[in-house]
Amino acid sequence: MNAPVTDTMPIQSSDDIVRVRQEVRRRAAAAGLGIVDQTKFVTAASEIARNTLDYGGGGIVRLEAVQDGARKGLRLIFEDHGPGIASIDLALTDGYTTGGGLGLGLSGSRRLCNEFAIESKPGEGTRVTIARWK
Amino acid sequence: MERIPILKMGRALLITIQVDMHDQMAIALEEDLTTRIAQTGAKGVLIDISSLEIVDSFIGRMLDNIAAVSRVLDAETVVVGMRPAVAITLVELGLTLQGVKTALNVERGFELISRRLAEIETVVVEIGAEDERSGD
Ligand SMILES: Nc1ncnc2c1ncn2[C@@H]1O[C@H](COP(=O)(O)OP(=O)(O)O)[C@@H](O)[C@H]1O
Ligand SMILES: [Mg+2]
Repeated sequence: MNAPVTDTMPIQSSDDIVRVRQEVRRRAAAAGLGIVDQTKFVTAASEIARNTLDYGGGGIVRLEAVQDGARKGLRLIFEDHGPGIASIDLALTDGYTTGGGLGLGLSGSRRLCNEFAIESKPGEGTRVTIARWK
Repeated sequence: MERIPILKMGRALLITIQVDMHDQMAIALEEDLTTRIAQTGAKGVLIDISSLEIVDSFIGRMLDNIAAVSRVLDAETVVVGMRPAVAITLVELGLTLQGVKTALNVERGFELISRRLAEIETVVVEIGAEDERSGD
């Protein structure tokens, strides 16, 4: 496994979410993901980035190109220092929202990615990791 | 702020979303559209999303809202030109776009709305004919 190439982007505004989407698209294409996989991964990234902004009060995303033998992919780590998620199980339920959304961001993103993990501590913040492999 | 243009096409309104929309644009579009439907008495709204590379739940909710408001104002919403990769992703995301009709392209979407208009007019003519019969 090669050392991952990491970069960080801020998520502090709606414009930042647009920039994250564009960068994820570019890197997913560079990793060799097909158009459907790119679309799934960019959609998931958009959902999680919006949560980072809306619920986490802003944060960052780290982008890692990952390679495991012939397998290439892209991993994104979203971090904020917001209020955290009290019940991850509940937050992962289709339709569950505390912000008047559709409640599909987390549960839907989990379906759209090959790797999905949430770490969160109430009062400390939230980290969501997603990855998609070719 | 950049706004999305709304064109009048006969008795329908056509919106072509060409940019990666951010939140303020989406909110402005909902407001502008509501005003235009009320002003023009449009019976259909076509939303061309063929340029959109993704539809996330934020945009999905906007499309749902537009359809719901249009319905209250007696106009039907048809989303046209959704890319196949976007359609596949929406299903997996779990977004059903209830109350939103879809069509392959603008022409097909316009046909759907024209058909609805023809139905409305037929009913109006029939009611008119009945009025005449009962009016003697
Ligand atoms: N980064 C975060 N910080 C705190 N709470 C979060 C975060 N991300 C998600 N949540 C919580 O999880 C819920 C579900 O999120 P999501 O599935 O994206 O639905 P929605 O955004 O429509 O509410 C949110 O309503 C919120 O309560
Ligand atoms: Mg969300």
